Amino acid sequence: MLSQPLDPLAASLFSLLAIVSLLLSFVMLASRWLKNYLYAFAAQSWAVALLSAAVGYYGHHPLLYLIAVLTLLFRGLVLPYLIWRIIRRLEIDREIHEILQPASGLVIGALLVMFALAVAYRVAGELHLAQGVAVLALTVMLAMALIGFLMLAVRHEAISQVLGLLVVENGIFLGSQIVVPGMPLLIELVVLFDLLVIVACFGVLVGYLATHAGTTSALKLKRLVG
Amino acid sequence: MLRETLIGSLLLALSMAPLAAALLCLLAPRPRFCEAVNLAAAAIALASALPLPFLVGGAAMLFWGGYVIIDRLAAWVVLCSAIVYFLASLYAVGYMRLLHEDPRLFRFYALFAGFGLTTLIAPLMNSIAIYWIAIELTTLVSTFLVAFERAAESMEAAWKYIMVVSAGISLALLGTVLIYWDGSFVLGPSYQMTWAVMGAAAARMNPVLTILAFLLVLVGYGTKVGLAPMHSWLPDAYSESPTPVSAMLSGALENTAMLGIVRFLGIARAADTGRTPQQVLVALGALSLLVGALFIVRQRGIKRLMAYSSVEHMGVVALGFGFGGSLGVAGALYHMLNHSLNKSLMFFGAGTMMRAYGSKEIPEITGVGRSFPIAGGLWLAGAVGITGAPPFGLFLSEFTVMRAGLQTPFAWAVYVMAILLVVIFVGFMNHFRAMYYDRGAAGPAPAPGISAWCVAPMWLSLVPLLILGLWWPSGIWSYLTSIAPSLSPALP
Repeated sequence: MLSQPLDPLAASLFSLLAIVSLLLSFVMLASRWLKNYLYAFAAQSWAVALLSAAVGYYGHHPLLYLIAVLTLLFRGLVLPYLIWRIIRRLEIDREIHEILQPASGLVIGALLVMFALAVAYRVAGELHLAQGVAVLALTVMLAMALIGFLMLAVRHEAISQVLGLLVVENGIFLGSQIVVPGMPLLIELVVLFDLLVIVACFGVLVGYLATHAGTTSALKLKRLVG
Repeated sequence: MLRETLIGSLLLALSMAPLAAALLCLLAPRPRFCEAVNLAAAAIALASALPLPFLVGGAAMLFWGGYVIIDRLAAWVVLCSAIVYFLASLYAVGYMRLLHEDPRLFRFYALFAGFGLTTLIAPLMNSIAIYWIAIELTTLVSTFLVAFERAAESMEAAWKYIMVVSAGISLALLGTVLIYWDGSFVLGPSYQMTWAVMGAAAARMNPVLTILAFLLVLVGYGTKVGLAPMHSWLPDAYSESPTPVSAMLSGALENTAMLGIVRFLGIARAADTGRTPQQVLVALGALSLLVGALFIVRQRGIKRLMAYSSVEHMGVVALGFGFGGSLGVAGALYHMLNHSLNKSLMFFGAGTMMRAYGSKEIPEITGVGRSFPIAGGLWLAGAVGITGAPPFGLFLSEFTVMRAGLQTPFAWAVYVMAILLVVIFVGFMNHFRAMYYDRGAAGPAPAPGISAWCVAPMWLSLVPLLILGLWWPSGIWSYLTSIAPSLSPALP
């Protein structure tokens, strides 16, 4: 936890960035076009990176500057670029197999945020936390994880699923920086390692799926059932 | 002191042998050489893992600057992994030659040794976060193994595997972050999050946050274990990967991931969380048994049958740990070893028959007993064992788990388990009756001759299984019951 009490300016900056990230995941929920989806993800990663830098500055955790740079580099630039290339090569620009209309997706997303808020309040009540940044961070962390899972469930393009998973990771990363900024180096290792997995496996697999299974829509992956 | 040096060098051999094998396979990509190197590494790993349970005492020991910890629980899980890794490597020599993939074989063995390495070292990680990384590494390596055969089905299975498991593992990460936060109220904002530290601090941590973290971790690592309802990737991955990989996924990886749940259960039990963690574990275990039973009865794919049987058996292990007490924990741990041996045998038999008959479908495999008296006989004995019938090991361990359950408020789960085990027995035996005694449509005769490399590991798993079923050594009994009181490692 960040040392209390927080500078009011810092508190509002953290809240602003957390809320911007949450809103960007709603942008993703609402977009049909994969490119917009991707831009929203890139912007969200930038917000998370800015948050790392801000927490590093106000909480005196110099290590977080490094994480901010790495986040910006990997999640903000390299990963979106790689996915953008895959989108261009496979010539898929939009979600064709929609299970859920974007409008209904937004409503469910809002319900998920309320649920996350309820859980966060319950936990905060148990821990006797003041209603502040920590509660907001916990809410955003849980809400983004839930929204990421919603995207995994209702989107069927392989790329959208990868992005859904990345939203879950962004959420966990964002929340953990505010809640446990002092967690030893491991959290960075963990997240960067995750990136490695995504780049290595997903890049390879999306390519494979298109050439071998003939489709990048998970909805058509129905050979194996029962 | 001598003992510590000995354990240290055994651990070094255990981890360096597969690592060296993986590198050698990449440096010298000759198929026969890679086979031999991987097999040698597996033999060294098994030889180093076998003495570990005898050497490790009640107190845990730290090595390599505190990154590696070994206690009785970890030694046991490592032993299970090493056994399966060795048996599967032996089997791979015969099986992989049938695939006629010699030019790419070095890649298979490099990845296979890497997979062996990750399942062997993950239980030994002292830090909770590094354990998470190790589990993630197992996914990374095994995805490529699942996709090795390159058919569209293998690709589909690999895709489902990595998507579902990554989503699950991200929940485990969330749980790990929350448990760190929980601990930070007791231990200060920055501390080393190890199993022992968390176990000791648990009593003073907030129970609500601990339960939340435990549930997230249970779902997360439960995905990797294949507990229902997070098992959806499992039958696909098990049936589409090359058979030695199926055996490793089932016999080694499941136990390795289960260890994470068990350690977290230890933390949750030490905290003031009441019965909730155990209730959830029992519920998931019973559900896994139900799902396993339903899909076993009407299964057509031979390897999918084995996969659902794995769901069932991990359900039994979850029930054992959920019941708790020395009976429950000892039964569950004994079940892990027996299941590793027995399921390897079942996959070896299934892979051999699949290749001989050229089909994964049960109805197309007929007259196994007449065509393959030895391999078929071993496989049939294994099938009797895997359904939990005496005189094989799984009978004893399932019986112990049921006895443990009767002493707890979860007696209902024991009755559910008993009924479902009967259903599974009938369903399983019906499939085997069809494969051995039905006169099906006169299809093409099976390809004759089975490599000795494929039959030897079947003997090597059946004989210990029979011994463990007839005789549960009192040494093993007291070893396993000593783990029960505290699932977190105790440092001196």
